[in-house]
Amino acid sequence: MNIFLMLAPASVLLAALGLWAFSWTLRDGQYEDPKGDAARILAPDVEDRPL
Amino acid sequence: MALTYDLASAPDFSAFLKSDEAGGFRLDLLVTGASCAACISKIEGEIAALNGVSAARLNLSTGKLIVHLQQEADPGFILETLDRIGYPATPYDPNQAQLARDREGRRLAMALGVAAFGAGNAMMFSVPLWAGLFGQELGPATRTMMQWLSGLIGAPCAVYAGLPFFESAWRSLKGGRANMDVPISIGVILTLAISFVETFLNGRDAYFDAAVSLLFLLLIGRWMDHQLRARARGAAADLLALQAPIVHVLVEGREHSRPLSEVVVGDLILVRPGERIPVDGEIVEGRSDLDNALLTGETRPIEVRPGTVCRSGAMNLTGLLTLQALARSEDSAVAAIARLVEAGSQARSRYVQLADKAAAIYVPVVHTAAAATFILGWILGLGPREALVRAVAVLIITCPCALGLAVPAVQITASGRLFRKGVLVKSGAALERMAEVTHVVFDKTGVLTEGRPVLMGATASDIARAAPLARTSAHPLAKALAEAAGPGLLADGVVEHGGQGVEGTIDGRWARLGRASFLGVTTTGEETELWFGYEDESPIRFGFIDLVRSDAAAVVAALTARGISCEVLSGDLPGPVARAAAEAGISHWRAGLTPSGKAEAVEALAASGAKVLMVGDGLNDTAALAKAHAAMAPGTALDASQNAADLVFSGNGLTAVITSIDVARAARHRALENFGFAALYNAVAGPAAMLGLVNPFVAALAMSGSSLIVTLNALRMSRAGGRA
Repeated sequence: MNIFLMLAPASVLLAALGLWAFSWTLRDGQYEDPKGDAARILAPDVEDRPL
Repeated sequence: MALTYDLASAPDFSAFLKSDEAGGFRLDLLVTGASCAACISKIEGEIAALNGVSAARLNLSTGKLIVHLQQEADPGFILETLDRIGYPATPYDPNQAQLARDREGRRLAMALGVAAFGAGNAMMFSVPLWAGLFGQELGPATRTMMQWLSGLIGAPCAVYAGLPFFESAWRSLKGGRANMDVPISIGVILTLAISFVETFLNGRDAYFDAAVSLLFLLLIGRWMDHQLRARARGAAADLLALQAPIVHVLVEGREHSRPLSEVVVGDLILVRPGERIPVDGEIVEGRSDLDNALLTGETRPIEVRPGTVCRSGAMNLTGLLTLQALARSEDSAVAAIARLVEAGSQARSRYVQLADKAAAIYVPVVHTAAAATFILGWILGLGPREALVRAVAVLIITCPCALGLAVPAVQITASGRLFRKGVLVKSGAALERMAEVTHVVFDKTGVLTEGRPVLMGATASDIARAAPLARTSAHPLAKALAEAAGPGLLADGVVEHGGQGVEGTIDGRWARLGRASFLGVTTTGEETELWFGYEDESPIRFGFIDLVRSDAAAVVAALTARGISCEVLSGDLPGPVARAAAEAGISHWRAGLTPSGKAEAVEALAASGAKVLMVGDGLNDTAALAKAHAAMAPGTALDASQNAADLVFSGNGLTAVITSIDVARAARHRALENFGFAALYNAVAGPAAMLGLVNPFVAALAMSGSSLIVTLNALRMSRAGGRA
């Protein structure tokens, strides 16, 4: 039972972290230009952060 | 008047500047030709290095470039630079509707994320509960704790993820109808409520995980549907921005470029050859020929001079015109027709989509079944609590998951398939209507035909004699003549008389090429023609026809093979229409129709029971496009026609009509298959739930299983379906 009490919150926390990361990518506009972001890492002299 | 295309002043694009958050200005541009990492660095590098530019950012996926400027300046130099490095750009006006759509898409994606989180975590606590259902040891206290944990995580997620459905259901109920979101909302809310009650009373059946995963699966469908529409609208908007309604307004002798919407009555507007008349106006300077093909369907250009009132949408062919605006763009001929379109598309919005038809059957049946389960269960001695749990089990197990997912999944694969073939589908409903088509009406000019003149029946020596003059003119007829002659000598001392013709000397002899009156001959022919003559000889006549597209006959034959009849409705003269129809193999045709005449003809066909597909490009087609059951327009059509059409096809050919009908029919077939499957599933699962055979584990399994099956069936679309 003790292991459950430890693992259950841990796993919920991890999933919440994932959800937060997803919401951040969404707010940060990381899905606005998937083609451009893929190309930008290849070009040395351009801004490579998403919009 | 001689040709004076190039005014000393360059156009001024300042009107497209918008102030940005940082106190500077931003300019939105649509760039063509950018496709790789090198393009990004070239474009952004060159533009950012320009004086006055603080930043430039290219979106490679959409081809949009945002340039930030430190202060207000004419952005003409930015356009010039882009042109020079090989990426021609057009300024465009990002509108509010698009921003709202982006927000809506983001909200759906977030709801999807939350539902995924909720479903996953609620499920984690459900697994031990399911194990308990199979006789494993799980004490009542542990079970209740698991249910509480599942509920505490699942319920808030379900409420957040369910908001799009609750809102839509509420809107539809306020409008006095019940769409698919009503049973979804009732199902989810009841399920959550009863699960809390059960948990509180230490009961066995809590369906938190089922409620969230139901929403998760439904949101996938909803999100796909949104993506489909956003992509289609975005692409359609880009097409229109590229044939941009930028107007060249003369202010104190200097030319300014303005968005069409900013033109006011009395503005002096410059229209170069090759441009369209932007608003209704009176010509104050210049003579030219106007091509009204998109307005009336007539292929023969008409002559205009100062004092002539011309209507928006006509193409200026030969001379530079200065126009005084008589109406704003909202009040111009184009806009008047656009209003006809609106009226027509209201009729079309009465079309009931397949999913809504299914909902109309589904809602009463399922809700009656749930109510009956509750009442009968109570009467037959189950007790109110057990009866209620069973009723909710009926609601959740017969969830419209398969229905909510079935149609969007099919439509997104179908439209993706069409997109790759160069056909843009504006909405899912358009595909459904397309599948029902029994009769196709073609416009002639620009649809059945190429929409450009080709020289017919002239001797090689005649062509060679007229060619030196023809090569000097921008008129489409002269260009066709020059094309027939090939490269060669040019005439000397050429003067172009707008709306009349050209004159000049060939080998020292003075000659003229132009309309009949320009050469002093009278003509009766209804053909498109051009006359040429030396000053001391009798003139020679050149006749032109608008060639029927090479694949027209094959397309008509393929349509006939599919049991679809064809017809031509044109605003042009009977002669050319009859010829084009005969060449395409269509026996029914009508000529000389006005825009409302076309719309009436389409209405009459609809009244006789035919499901009409209208294929047209001109303004004179828009009313008919809007009235028709389904409508297609080529990408070269005027914006009003593209707005009125359900599908816009690019490329050079009518094969798109066949492809679209085939894919639409295949999509309809798949959707019906999915409905059939969903009905079958409900016919088994519903009674099972009534009899109390369903527990939370079975519910979760059956629901995701059925959703998976309809989605996989929909994905078969991308392989099967379109043979063309």
